Amino acid sequence: MGEAPLKPAPFGFAKARSVEHAIALLSQHADARLLAGGQSLIATLNMRLSAPKLLIDINALDDLKRVTRTGDMLTIGALVRHAEAEHSDMIARGAPLIARALPHIAHPAIRNRGTVGGSIAYADPAAELPACLLALGGEVEVANAAGRRRVKADDFFKDLFETALGPGDVLTAIHVPAARAESRYGFAELARRHGDYALVGLAAAARADGTVVKDVRLAFFGVGPTPVRARAAEAAVERGEDAVAALAQDLAPPDDVQASAAARRHLAGVLLRRVALQLQGGRS
Amino acid sequence: MTERFCDLALTINGEPVRERVDARKTLVDFLRDDLGLTGSHVGCEHGVCGACTVRLDGAIVRGCLTLAVQCDGASVETIEGVADSGAIADLQQAFQARNALQCGFCTPGMLLTAQALLARGGVPSREQIREHLSGNYCRCTGYHAIVDAIEAVAQARAGRTT
Repeated sequence: MGEAPLKPAPFGFAKARSVEHAIALLSQHADARLLAGGQSLIATLNMRLSAPKLLIDINALDDLKRVTRTGDMLTIGALVRHAEAEHSDMIARGAPLIARALPHIAHPAIRNRGTVGGSIAYADPAAELPACLLALGGEVEVANAAGRRRVKADDFFKDLFETALGPGDVLTAIHVPAARAESRYGFAELARRHGDYALVGLAAAARADGTVVKDVRLAFFGVGPTPVRARAAEAAVERGEDAVAALAQDLAPPDDVQASAAARRHLAGVLLRRVALQLQGGRS
Repeated sequence: MTERFCDLALTINGEPVRERVDARKTLVDFLRDDLGLTGSHVGCEHGVCGACTVRLDGAIVRGCLTLAVQCDGASVETIEGVADSGAIADLQQAFQARNALQCGFCTPGMLLTAQALLARGGVPSREQIREHLSGNYCRCTGYHAIVDAIEAVAQARAGRTT
């Protein structure tokens, strides 16, 4: 068997022993990338869309593989894999919105490797988890040489594949408010085939207050360069008004090969009607 | 420590393997080119088609989206090992009986993916089977016969017959 040419460009490989070690490696090497589940990164390496000098494998960092509950917050470690999160009782109880979104992410073999932190850090605008984090009003925990900080989801997603993460940063966990008796959630997405990135999707959270819902947060995905809060529609849902009409102020979806902007606007309205019913029907 | 080539010790189909690999080599290229295990196929090489499906520590993964160097200390099973174990003999038989393969390129990935669903027990609905297989492309059969075969095996394993 002759040596076949390899698809990725050459890179060095280092296994991080701790978060501190990963941060040190990032600071010592220009053009280094963290490798978590690799389900997006390795595809881009294979296509040579990215060609880092060094890959820093963080898969051995057991501290980042935990799901914990502290008071009224649920913390999901960055290296919790999609399949683990999908079958976690703690996530099913504490973050039912995330539990409902997970089966829509890609396919079983990809969910067995892909990580929660990787999805958030990669920030694909058509991906489910960034929108869920935004709908829940969660936070991203980031470590670097200066220490640890938390970034609110509303401030984290900056632009297409661009986040608040800087070159020396390691995303270590996400924090979301744990579900309470009055919490209401909604989720719906449309894709051409199960597991594909959404044409349009919507993740939503709210608080039931008697017969109305308050604190509505609607996070659309697949409609712009980042997950998008639909603030006019949120207010309309809270007032019991026509939220679909309000949506026109919130969304300016793109035309692309998958769907026209007009089709996306229409589908966003369809999803909003479904999700508003979920929020008001108390199904969480 | 930040090497382009790494020493690798792992178990493949129950056999210990030690090799030195280029860090950029994917698991499926390692299996095929270094070890001659050509049952795992290379299709799209970016995670879409599922032809490279193998088991890593018991769970199905994309062989093209996993680097060989990440499998140090792990247990990898390929279609060769799983077929030889006899664990999917009924599934292989059902695929053949129902023409659930034509060119056969997708079949190793289909079998491992189907077995992961069947291993959960019970009889999945046809819709659940299709959802579970949504990451495995077949360009010959139109999937109908594949779903038939998996459904039949699920019913047979559950002690029922069609």
